[in-house]
Amino acid sequence: MKRIFFGLIVFGMVLGMIMLALHGKSTESTPLAKLNEQYAKKTKASVDHSMFQQLKKRFVKPQDVTAACISCHNGRASEVMQSTHWNWERTEYIAGKGIRAIGKRNVLNNYCIGISGNQQSCNRCHIGYGYSDASFNFSDSLNVDCLACHDNSATYVKAIDGAGMPDKSVDLNYVAQHVGKPDRTNCGTCHFFGGGGNNVKHGDLEQALFDPTRDVDVHMASAGPDMQCVDCHTAQKHQMLGKMYSVSSMNRNRVECEHCHSAMPHADDVLNEHTYKVACQTCHIPIYAKVNPTKLNWDWSTAGKLKNGEPYEEKDSSGTDIYMSIKGSFKWGKQLRPDYIWFNGTASHYLLGDTLDPLKVLEINTLYGSYDDPDSKIYPVKIHRAKQIYDVVNKYLIQPKLVEVKAGDGGFWKEFNWERADEEGMKQVRLPYSGKYGFVETEMYWPINHMVSPKEQSVQCAECHTRENGRLARVGGFYMPGRDYSTIVDRLGVGVLILTLIGVILHGTARVVVYRKRKDAK
Amino acid sequence: MKREYVYRAFERFWHWMQAMLILFLGITGFEIHGSIRFFGYDQAVRYHNTAAISFLVLIVFAIFWHFTTGEWRQYLPTWKNLRAQAEYYVFGIFRNAPHPTKKTVLSKLNPLQKLVYAGLKALVIPVMVISGLLYMFYRYPHRYEVLGLNVGGLEVIAVVHTIGAFLLVSFFVAHLYLITTGHTVTSNLKAMITGYEELPEESDEKKSSVEANEPVLTK
Repeated sequence: MKRIFFGLIVFGMVLGMIMLALHGKSTESTPLAKLNEQYAKKTKASVDHSMFQQLKKRFVKPQDVTAACISCHNGRASEVMQSTHWNWERTEYIAGKGIRAIGKRNVLNNYCIGISGNQQSCNRCHIGYGYSDASFNFSDSLNVDCLACHDNSATYVKAIDGAGMPDKSVDLNYVAQHVGKPDRTNCGTCHFFGGGGNNVKHGDLEQALFDPTRDVDVHMASAGPDMQCVDCHTAQKHQMLGKMYSVSSMNRNRVECEHCHSAMPHADDVLNEHTYKVACQTCHIPIYAKVNPTKLNWDWSTAGKLKNGEPYEEKDSSGTDIYMSIKGSFKWGKQLRPDYIWFNGTASHYLLGDTLDPLKVLEINTLYGSYDDPDSKIYPVKIHRAKQIYDVVNKYLIQPKLVEVKAGDGGFWKEFNWERADEEGMKQVRLPYSGKYGFVETEMYWPINHMVSPKEQSVQCAECHTRENGRLARVGGFYMPGRDYSTIVDRLGVGVLILTLIGVILHGTARVVVYRKRKDAK
Repeated sequence: MKREYVYRAFERFWHWMQAMLILFLGITGFEIHGSIRFFGYDQAVRYHNTAAISFLVLIVFAIFWHFTTGEWRQYLPTWKNLRAQAEYYVFGIFRNAPHPTKKTVLSKLNPLQKLVYAGLKALVIPVMVISGLLYMFYRYPHRYEVLGLNVGGLEVIAVVHTIGAFLLVSFFVAHLYLITTGHTVTSNLKAMITGYEELPEESDEKKSSVEANEPVLTK
């Protein structure tokens, strides 16, 4: 009786442990509720700018607006002039290359290549007026464009090929009287259209984010906390938090999910342990380019074909450009599963004049990281591949002149002559051009940070912990349960198991046969 | 033959719990390993961890039981009759020869059983428990910043755990079959369920072990 009692106690304990473990902790996490509460409070301007006399006097040129702004917001322009938004470069330490000033001003990419010689067009997105060539005066505070970021009337537009000047249609007085904190419209006007069109560059930043559903972006959805860009990309003295690894190299000044959500936000401990090696984005952004396609491949080598001497465009059935005489051939993708890499927050860049190997794929930016590096985590990225122009003799990338400012200045988009475009472009960056050009394959890595999905749509365990075609199939350097195994151990183990089964079956059959014979003999 | 109380209540409870847990750990474990799909990966992990903790609790009680009752001595390996027992399974069993080892309450395991069970208890299970605990907790030094104890990766831990798992599964299969090799096909099973088994009496013993080494003529 005692023994039975003893047994029951053990059984009860084991059962209890099972129940306890299965029950789990499923209570709604209060930190999330607090965050929702915090972002539900939308700030309202404390003053009505339309009442101010300074903003009622007739503005002839945009610099007049800036002067009016500065007359009250004293010192702010000099803050802006410290920012990367203004300077388009920052001083960075690049492993193996040292301390360099890099940014949009001088770094190449594999979309429209670079701004040098093309400022008239590219610099429409500069937060200044008249950055039309390298001689732009970065110390003239009157050229700061306050309105690009602070227009709350949604009527402010910068002119096409205007080097940052506002469009003729803009009513400067109206805009100046309706200014406030930047919202998604201000940021998106430039950042959603990088690379020359909607969602071309990033893949996770596009016009769908002006008013997204929860499925597209759980943070920015108006059916959610309706967060604005600047809620995460906060600013101190006009220095914004956050940057992109297409133009920066150091592990600093990053916007991180942990800032709001803590490093271990899950109720489940197994999930929390993932955060040591897996970035939040990896599971919580299962797909990007959710609404509109993003560019995945850009082949410049086919550019310049003409029909009857005229440039032309070809579109696919969905109306997306697949060929443009001025730019070459494109491949696009929508609702994409990201690629994944180890990333520790530091990067290197191809810099103007660096030698390249034309037989290898050139990484325009290299994101560093590995499993063994304690600072590294697995991050989702978009990889943009291209074939772009390079100097065959000098073995470096070419900065071509694309935009025509004056007739006959070599702009490829007008003249379709690579030799001229190369010659003029390379003059701008002060590098010799041999006269011989070719096309080299290049790659760029774009970390995916936006378009966070509702938690129900997060990546599920078996999407990575699987032997076949898992999301992390190509992320190496470590053993992952469900994906990895020792081939020898598995083969030997299955062998032993099969031998045991065969042995058991043979032995059993022999016993039955012997037993029957014996029975018959009786 | 005499009806004897061979397996006591706790022993039977322990045996069947262990059997269920090993089966369950095997299924969930090989799902985590990527060999099969059954519960779904996240559930498999959850169940495997829960079953593992339950198994640990059971082991603690079993160890206590083995030592307080002295039953651990049953598992001391011996050379005596080892060969005879092996030959019994290869030859004797087909000739209806008697078991070479007499099963008594004081000595209920044959020499092969002693060897295999001792191997399980002293080697396979401890290796599984240790590698399993490391598998579960290898992130804790990182979490609590005891960097000196940081484990570089799972590979060795996981491979050792997998080797043990294959051994246990093979044992499980062989064990299921060997149940049928008792006095009758079902006598071992009945004994482990009820605790009682018909065991040979003193007088039956005389024609036991020694003769078994000789070829036995079928009647």
